[in-house]
Amino acid sequence: MKTTKDTTTAGHGGGDVRLTGIGKTYGSFTAVHPLDLTVPQGSFFALLGASGCGKTTTLRMIAGLEEPTSGTVHLGDQDVTALPPYKRPVNTVFQSYALFPHLDIFENVAFGLRRRGIKSVKKQVEEMLELVQLGEQARKKPHQLSGGQQQRVAVARALINHPKVLLLDEPLGALDLKLRRQMQLELKRIQTEVGITFVHVTHDQEEAMTMADTVAVMNAGRVEQLGSPTDLYENPRTTFVANFLGTSNFIEAEVDTKSGDEIVLKAGGGKLVLPGARNSAPTTAGGKVLVGVRPEKISLTHADDAGEIPEGRNRITGRIAESSFIGVSTQFVVDSPVCSDFEVYVQNIDRDARLVPGAEVVLHWNPAHTFGLDAAQDIDAGVETGEEEVA
Amino acid sequence: MTFVNWFKRRLVVIAGLLTLAYLLLPNVVVTVFSFNNPKGRFNYTWQEFSTEAWKDPCGVSGLCASLSLSLQLALWATLGATLLGTMIAFALVRYRFRARGAVNSLIFLPMAMPEVVMAASLLTLFLNMGAQLGFWTILIAHIMFCLSFVVVAVKARVMSMDPRLEQAAQDLYAGPFQTFVRVTLPIAAPGIAAGALLAFALSFDDFIITNFNAGSTVTFPMFVWGSAQRGTPVQVNVIGTAMFVIAVLLVLVSMVIGNRRNRQKA
Amino acid sequence: MATVTEAPPLAPAPETKPPRTPRKRGRWTPYLLLLPGLLWLFVFFALPVIYQASTSVQTGSLEEGYEVTWHFATYWDALSDYWPQFVRSVLYAASATVLCLLLGYPLAYLIAFRAGRWRNLIMILVIAPFFTSFLIRTLAWKTILADGGPVVDALNTLHVLDVTAWLGWTAGDRVLATPLAVVCGLTYNFLPFMILPLYTSLERIDPRLHEAANDLYARPSTTFRRVTFPLSMPGVVSGTLLTFIPASGDYINSDLLGSTDTRMVGNVIQSQFLRILDYPTAAALSFILMAAILVIVTLYIRKSGTEDLV
Repeated sequence: MKTTKDTTTAGHGGGDVRLTGIGKTYGSFTAVHPLDLTVPQGSFFALLGASGCGKTTTLRMIAGLEEPTSGTVHLGDQDVTALPPYKRPVNTVFQSYALFPHLDIFENVAFGLRRRGIKSVKKQVEEMLELVQLGEQARKKPHQLSGGQQQRVAVARALINHPKVLLLDEPLGALDLKLRRQMQLELKRIQTEVGITFVHVTHDQEEAMTMADTVAVMNAGRVEQLGSPTDLYENPRTTFVANFLGTSNFIEAEVDTKSGDEIVLKAGGGKLVLPGARNSAPTTAGGKVLVGVRPEKISLTHADDAGEIPEGRNRITGRIAESSFIGVSTQFVVDSPVCSDFEVYVQNIDRDARLVPGAEVVLHWNPAHTFGLDAAQDIDAGVETGEEEVA
Repeated sequence: MTFVNWFKRRLVVIAGLLTLAYLLLPNVVVTVFSFNNPKGRFNYTWQEFSTEAWKDPCGVSGLCASLSLSLQLALWATLGATLLGTMIAFALVRYRFRARGAVNSLIFLPMAMPEVVMAASLLTLFLNMGAQLGFWTILIAHIMFCLSFVVVAVKARVMSMDPRLEQAAQDLYAGPFQTFVRVTLPIAAPGIAAGALLAFALSFDDFIITNFNAGSTVTFPMFVWGSAQRGTPVQVNVIGTAMFVIAVLLVLVSMVIGNRRNRQKA
Repeated sequence: MATVTEAPPLAPAPETKPPRTPRKRGRWTPYLLLLPGLLWLFVFFALPVIYQASTSVQTGSLEEGYEVTWHFATYWDALSDYWPQFVRSVLYAASATVLCLLLGYPLAYLIAFRAGRWRNLIMILVIAPFFTSFLIRTLAWKTILADGGPVVDALNTLHVLDVTAWLGWTAGDRVLATPLAVVCGLTYNFLPFMILPLYTSLERIDPRLHEAANDLYARPSTTFRRVTFPLSMPGVVSGTLLTFIPASGDYINSDLLGSTDTRMVGNVIQSQFLRILDYPTAAALSFILMAAILVIVTLYIRKSGTEDLV
């Protein structure tokens, strides 16, 4: 982790990846709108988005596998835009690995070294195979290895070249859930150990948040928001980000008054308070704002006990429509006049037996957990439809 | 009842084996009759056991010359068709270009046409051009009709190849030439080999097209054809049997080697 | 800190996946790769067909030379003289194709699903006969079907020949020099071309589909009819084409195993071209055969709905 922290000041040379106005169009289809992006040296950077959002195209432009229609790619101070992939100090871990089926593991890992004319590769390759714990498998063919092992070969094959940047294109997509969790930690460990900049493309928000220091959420060829995982989760600036990273509830509200750094809004009959610092919507009086709150921030109190709720909390009323018990928590869907399908996750500490479907309840939360978004956008943008990127 | 059930369950196996017997029967006959000592010119009825022909396979004038000519033709035709066909296959899979439909039908049509039609029309061309029929006209014809088969075989292989493999090679500092030699070619090799083998077999065994365009040049199938009219020497059976045995042995040996290599690696 | 600056979001881009375009570099590469092979095919395949078309409407003689006179009567004459050979060709080729399918399917099925460790050996045995010249193998049928030989004797004793003679497939107590011998030879010669595509498409079928069908109350025969056979259709289509097309133009089997009464259109074209030297008639016949085959193949492919044969 320390390598990451030390070098987060931009522009001091070395191994920063700097994309300037880079864009890609195929005919009339714009895969990536011109964007500027700087990935500081030594960081673990994730490009997160649904399939077809342009994240892989962006990655391939850094690798040199795709020619940008506009803009430039800099590695440190070197402009590599015109360089073909085999002349760039960048290596890629491909989706489904692309291990050479006709070469054994050793030769796969040695491939890059040999192409650069390095004669004695044995020691380096062996060390690298040790790093990924595959020393025993050197003489096997790729198809004789398990998915997780193949994945580690792909990482070793790229890392042995000491690239300035390692690009990972959905590197864990082909693995099952348990192995994926394991490899996430493994990759994180390797990155910390070698201190190389990692740029990681994924559609899995959990993966991005677990591994990366900085996440860029992409949608329809644009970067929607960029920041640390916590920042993105707590302060989403668009409904897409709010929905794509976890779940969000939205209430359409009207600006009532603004006092200091607090905005008071009207929704249904009640009032909601929103910290000004957490609002990204225009706040002219009478204007619309989407008030968002995460399901786990909300407490649920039976309507009979409404009086016990402390003052100063945002509150709305509703009726429980569904509840499902999932062990660590109970997930409720609450029907409310201001928002149907309000999701609430309640920790299973003291279970209130009255909270069953049909029960009248009050939802309340600390106003500090409220965020405000521009109402002029699609509330459902980025809601996961269960599609997995395969191709 | 149990027999009926047994029979029913094995009906497919029995029918399949009967077909296999049908396929192999002529080869058995060819082999048996290579040990015949026929009276008269034709080798169609069994007379007595003899190994004379096996001791002197080239004992008939023109037989071994025709065999060597056929082998040479097949070799060159394979080389030409494989080279041209592989290039076309790569272009078809890897690139976009105009008139793809026309290109596809130009490749498909030679396979969808009876040989006699191709043979006759090619002869018309050669006659019109006043070309001297012989080795070169046969070679041209063989390359022509083998080409499409090579394209199909190679195309299937190249199509199933992950384009990311070549991108990975480029990413790992291999230039276009290195990428082709180190990655593309080795991976496409089984398809190219299959195409080449097919071309060799087709060319070596071709009769109809050769018959039309050979002039007075005699390939091995032409020799057999001629002998069928005038009288078949036993040596023809000897050559046929030998080729069958050599082919089976070659395949078996390559399979054993392949198996052993796999087992060592595992 | 990482930075991002970009235009405010506008209308979302269409949800299509970007096409996988090859790199711009080397725009001429495909043409250079295609050129030699296509030129070869054009000069030695397409051009000859055009030449042949022109020859078919020429008149003249070998001595005085030919010229194009748009003499379409050649076609009419050729058809009226040789229609029995045309009909015979189609009949023999169709019979051989059906026989190949009936004989080849069980063997392909056996190799694909039942052969176990014998699979490779059987495959080799199917392919290996190719390496013995097919002419030699066809001549072997002369021995097998010889008059008074064991096969003919057996058929005689079982009175099979009486039935076939009544159907007009054989004559007297002979098999050689009859349609049956020719169809038998054609079937034998093109059987591997049926088996290989059948095997390829059968082998692709997941054996679990059989289990699923059995699980869903399909008896073995129903499983075959509803699952296996429909899934093997691509193999059936290409197998029948690979058998029918060469069989319809064949003249070797008829020449070696048949008689003057079994002459097919291939025999006529061959003798017109190589012996009688009547080039316009030969060219017209060849052209008619080509057109007929193309029409049949096109209709067949349409009907069977399999377009991706190449």
